[in-house]
Amino acid sequence: MKLLAIDSSGLVASIAVVEDDKLLGEYTINHKKTHSQTLLPMLDEVVKMLELDLSEIDAIAVSGGPGSFTGLRIGSATAKGLALALDKKIVNVPTVDALAWNMWGNDGIICPLMDARRQQTYTGLYTLENGEFSIVKEQCVVKIQEIVEEINKIGKKVTFLGDGVKVFKDYIQENVEVPFVFAPASLNEQRASSVAVLGMKMFNEGKATEARDHKPNYLRLSQAERERQKKVRDFKIC
Amino acid sequence: MEKEVKILAIESSCDETAAAVVVNGRDVRSNVISSQIDIHTLYGGVVPEIASRNHIERINQVIEEALKKADTTLEEIDAIGVTYGPGLVGALLVGVAEAKALAYAAKKPLIPVHHIEGHISANYIENKELKPPFLCLVVSGGHTHLVKVLDYGKYEILGKTRDDAAGEAFDKVARAIGLGYPGGPKIEKVSHKGNPDAISFPRAKVGKDEYDFSFSGLKSAVLNYLNSCKMKDIEINQADVAASFQKAVSDVLVDHVNHALNEFKMDKFAIAGGVASNGVIREALREACEKKGVEFYHPSPILCTDNGAMIGAAAYYDYLAGIRADLSLNAIPNLKLGEK
Repeated sequence: MKLLAIDSSGLVASIAVVEDDKLLGEYTINHKKTHSQTLLPMLDEVVKMLELDLSEIDAIAVSGGPGSFTGLRIGSATAKGLALALDKKIVNVPTVDALAWNMWGNDGIICPLMDARRQQTYTGLYTLENGEFSIVKEQCVVKIQEIVEEINKIGKKVTFLGDGVKVFKDYIQENVEVPFVFAPASLNEQRASSVAVLGMKMFNEGKATEARDHKPNYLRLSQAERERQKKVRDFKIC
Repeated sequence: MEKEVKILAIESSCDETAAAVVVNGRDVRSNVISSQIDIHTLYGGVVPEIASRNHIERINQVIEEALKKADTTLEEIDAIGVTYGPGLVGALLVGVAEAKALAYAAKKPLIPVHHIEGHISANYIENKELKPPFLCLVVSGGHTHLVKVLDYGKYEILGKTRDDAAGEAFDKVARAIGLGYPGGPKIEKVSHKGNPDAISFPRAKVGKDEYDFSFSGLKSAVLNYLNSCKMKDIEINQADVAASFQKAVSDVLVDHVNHALNEFKMDKFAIAGGVASNGVIREALREACEKKGVEFYHPSPILCTDNGAMIGAAAYYDYLAGIRADLSLNAIPNLKLGEK
């Protein structure tokens, strides 16, 4: 079975193709150009290099959020357009889960941190012990203080990765009470190969959806919705 | 007989997710529009992030329905057209990314379409005999352009708004007099009960660029009037304000069009864009054209609003001109007419 994976949830644009348990190709770019300009030319390059006929693809996995709202939509719209033309299903892979998958084989707790702005982070807690991928805390958007408190409570060694590391590094160094390390550049950011492998697992578990039903999981309302909800709440309190 | 060119067109520049199948630029086989107007009404106007979120949720259904209603398949399509600007960047990007992926996987040429060019081209659909050159006034919530259409895909912009678009002024005034969103249809509806000459609002002239428009002064004049009524404890007649404001907009538009028709001696005039479905404005322009013996064209309301069919019409002429987008096509929120 062949699976195409896309990740444009953060600063990185990444494309990968896996066949069963083999990674056929991966292309990752971390450059100032927008995902809209890079993603399809990158896919085209991978397809050409692999001499791939897109119709051989069995499903498309996309890093479905959280992340940059626009980035998520470029990835999702690309996946939806491909899936519509090829009549394939889409696997919506949780972005933070896929990031944790980068650290496969690591002992202790894995804590991806994505910069969510407004002093928050998209994060979650995972273990990958004895080859078993377990979610300790599902992906969420919280203040850095909150996740660090939980890490201290669990009391195990922790590995941090993600584009949020550079944002929260000082806070982590001052406040984390357990042993910790930061992931190296080769594993630090989103990689479509992780999305692909996790996507394959989810596909086999029957978690693929029709292309038309796919939508990103932002984990956050739009600002207008938040303000409106607050107004409605305040009104009720009065 | 010329070969049939069947285009699938996608539009997502603002708050309508739309797709259509158009043959040879004028024969609309399907025109599917998923409007988000009810959602944005809660916020008193279009919220870009909410619009983008709704586009990504609806886009595949809209495209599938457009193909189905046209009784065709993606394989039978000759090219895919997509709006890449101007508009809300997040909203545009959904359509652009979708169309690129679709065109790439289905191995079809991709045609980048200018949204305003789409509005102008909406006139070709119901008026099979209409051909450039003609004068066109594009008025919508985001745009106010007076354009000489020299040829298919060739435009000379005579004037555009310096500040608010005409439709934007409608929305703002409607909000101020308590009518809510969307302003255009609501103002027109109550205006029929009002006196258009009740209040004298200014008809803005813009310096030496005689074809440019300005509507923010008019909007401020309405707001000042409302304020002064409030101060003096005078009851506001909503219908009179609506009718008088609408008349002021209409007079400015008619004045500019008359001027251009005189100067350039054009014998055909078309109106386009969301505001073109305003009956009062449309009839005033029709009357002005009839007085001069100028042929008057306008699209049906369904083709005035943002839609896929108009993008399909514009895409056809770009297709014939050999215009194609490559895989790096990006959304351009402030794309100028005539730029490619």
